[in-house]
Parts: sequence; structure tokens; C-alpha cells
Amino acid sequence: MSEAASIYSVDKVLLVAIRDNITDTDIINLQEDLSERIVDEAARGVVIDIAALEIVDTFVGRILAQLSSISRLLAAETYIVGMRPAVAMTLVELGMDLPGSRTALSLSHALRSLKAKGLA
Amino acid sequence: MTVAPTTELSRLLREDFDGVLDAWFATQKREGVRRPDLFSDRESRRQLSDLLRAFAEVLARIDITEPVDIEADVWSELRLALSEITLVRTERGVAPWEMTAFILALKQPVFVKLNESLSGTPDRLLSIAADFGRIVDALAMHINEYFIAERDEIIERQRAEMMELSTPVVQLWERVLTIPLIGTLDSMRAQEVMENLLNSIVEHSAEVVIVDITGVRVVDTQVAQHLLRTAAAVRLMGAEAIISGISPKIAQTMVELGVDVGEVTTRPSIRAALAEAFRRVGFQISRIEDSRV
Repeated sequence: MSEAASIYSVDKVLLVAIRDNITDTDIINLQEDLSERIVDEAARGVVIDIAALEIVDTFVGRILAQLSSISRLLAAETYIVGMRPAVAMTLVELGMDLPGSRTALSLSHALRSLKAKGLA
Repeated sequence: MTVAPTTELSRLLREDFDGVLDAWFATQKREGVRRPDLFSDRESRRQLSDLLRAFAEVLARIDITEPVDIEADVWSELRLALSEITLVRTERGVAPWEMTAFILALKQPVFVKLNESLSGTPDRLLSIAADFGRIVDALAMHINEYFIAERDEIIERQRAEMMELSTPVVQLWERVLTIPLIGTLDSMRAQEVMENLLNSIVEHSAEVVIVDITGVRVVDTQVAQHLLRTAAAVRLMGAEAIISGISPKIAQTMVELGVDVGEVTTRPSIRAALAEAFRRVGFQISRIEDSRV
């Protein structure tokens, strides 16, 4: 696992923190690591924190959507949290409004939602 | 300093300053641009003599047969005097055409006086008169330009103010924001609205934002598109958007246009939207017992 993204496990929830300097290779690695961790730890919830991301392109946008879809297939509810206004505007501009993903303002908001559903 | 070959003009202004001033004043009176309702005789005369003195100084220093370049240094004092007087006069309600006529009224008296002194040399008279006419026209045009520049500045300032005024994000309750949209929603304003709204979401940790379009005059496909994109961006940030103020007419138009709002929540009034927002953030409004009115 590279330093550009880290996965932490808290209770049954996997927290993924993505840093700003993440490269395309890192992201593909992350996708593999995350799917394996979800299965290994039988995680029911995934929170992807992108508060550090200042720049997104179509590639990152697509990977974010894919991460959510993969997690959902593996029975883990996924939240993308902490998106910056500029990033949100860019994604909408690119037509990638992540229709299948859940979003939350922050990590704690996402955790609260997961707890409410008994997944954390 | 260039020695002007046409000293007749500057000599005229120097030697018969008061005569020219009186004649200018009289012409303005005759043409109805004196505006005695706004300026006393004394004030008007003072303005005229300031202008004329500055003008005489310029004429003494330039070659009037050359093309007129009002932006040149030589003209700076006259330019200043002109803009000051224009400012004073327009502030009291003088129209642009009156200001132009105010300057052009200088032509006739000077022509008359030149005619008196140069009647023996018609060629000379004609060439000086033509040059003088050209210079006065340039001054009049400069005034017009000054007007337009002033007006442009006002328009630009008002546009900026409108932009700010028109996109206020208001906190209605803990975690509930609203942005009442008024007027027309073009691409530029839509961008401004989105930016303001998203930044406010971060600032207030808002979970629900009500985008109220009661005051939006026309909702066409483009406006609808802007609204839905705003809602999409709000969702990406982890908050929810409610579009409120959809009148029966707008609802019909939107359906006729084939606008699909998808999963975006809509409410007919801001009141209904607020009730929904409270529900989502876990508050409820209840009547205090025994307070029937």
C-alpha cells in the first residue's frame, strides 16, 4: 500500500483516506486493496474521505464511482465524505455526479448514518 | 514650447477674454443650455471663465493646424477643468446633449470675433475658423466620452452589487440553509449561486439546503439544468437540496419541456420545504398548548 491512500479499520467500518498527491497507479492499487479488505474483514461500511483532494479529473471521478459500486456489491455501504466545493463543481461540470454513491459532509456524519443503520 | 503660427486665436482670447466670455455666455442663454434653474449667473460665469482660461492657455501652446490629441499632456489642465464642470453639472441633472451644446456654443462667438479682426484676409479667417471648429468638436466629443465612461462605470458597479445581492445564502436553522433566487438565472449567476451555496455548506456544516425559485421569472430547460446541477453538486458535498417555490405553472412548463428532476426533492412553497428540512434534520415544530389564537 502506498502512502497516497491508507485504509483503517474501525469496528466493522473501513476508513479510506485519500491524499492530494495520489497518482493513477495508487488509485488502481487502492481499488484492489479495498475490495480484498472488505471481504477479509467482512466490513459492512466503507467511508472514503476525499477532503484532501483538491483536483479531480474524469479518471478519479470514475474510480470513486467504481469504488462505491464494488463495495456495494460486496455488501458494504459506502460513503464519500468531505468533498470540497471546487471538486463538487468540477465533477458536476464533467457530468460525473456519482449517482450510485452515498455522500456525507464529514467522517462523523457518515459514521452516524452507518450506526443508525446498525452497520457500525 | 512651440510658437503657434496662428497667434490670432490666442491673442483674441488673451486680449478680449471678457468679450469672448460674455458672448459665449450669451449664446448659451440663447440656446437654452444656460440652466439658470440650476446655476446662478455668478457660478456659471466662474465655470465658463475657468474653462476659457484653461483653453486659452492650451491654444497659446499648440499648433492648431495639427491633429487634436486631447489625451496629450498639454491638454491635461483643460481636461481636468472639463471633467470637473461636467461632473458638477450632471450631478445637478444636466443632460449629456446640453453639456455638448454648452461647449459647442463657444464656436459662434469666436467666429464672429475672428471675422471682425480678420475680415481683410478671408483665407486666413477660413483656415483658423476651420481649425478652431475642429478643436471645439474634439472637446465636445471628449465630454461625450467622459459621459459614457462614467455611465459604464456605474453600470459595472451596479452589476457587481446586483450579483452580490442576488445570491445571499441564509441560515434558517441549525444545519438548514436557504438561497432565495430572484430574477433571471443565467449561466454566470448559476455559477455564482453554486459557489456561494457550496462554500456556505462547508461553513455551516449544513445538511439541507432549500433552493427557492419563487422569485425566478422564467424557468426554461437551461434554468432547470442549472438547478439540477446545483442540486447534484450539493449532494456530492454530502448535503441534500430541496427545490422550493415551484408554482403550478412552472411545474407544467417543466413537464412539457421534459425536465426530469430525478431524485431531487421539490416542494411547492418554501414553507413546505422548511417542514421537510426540519423533518430531515430531526426537528419538529409544535404548537404550545393552550395558545389558540
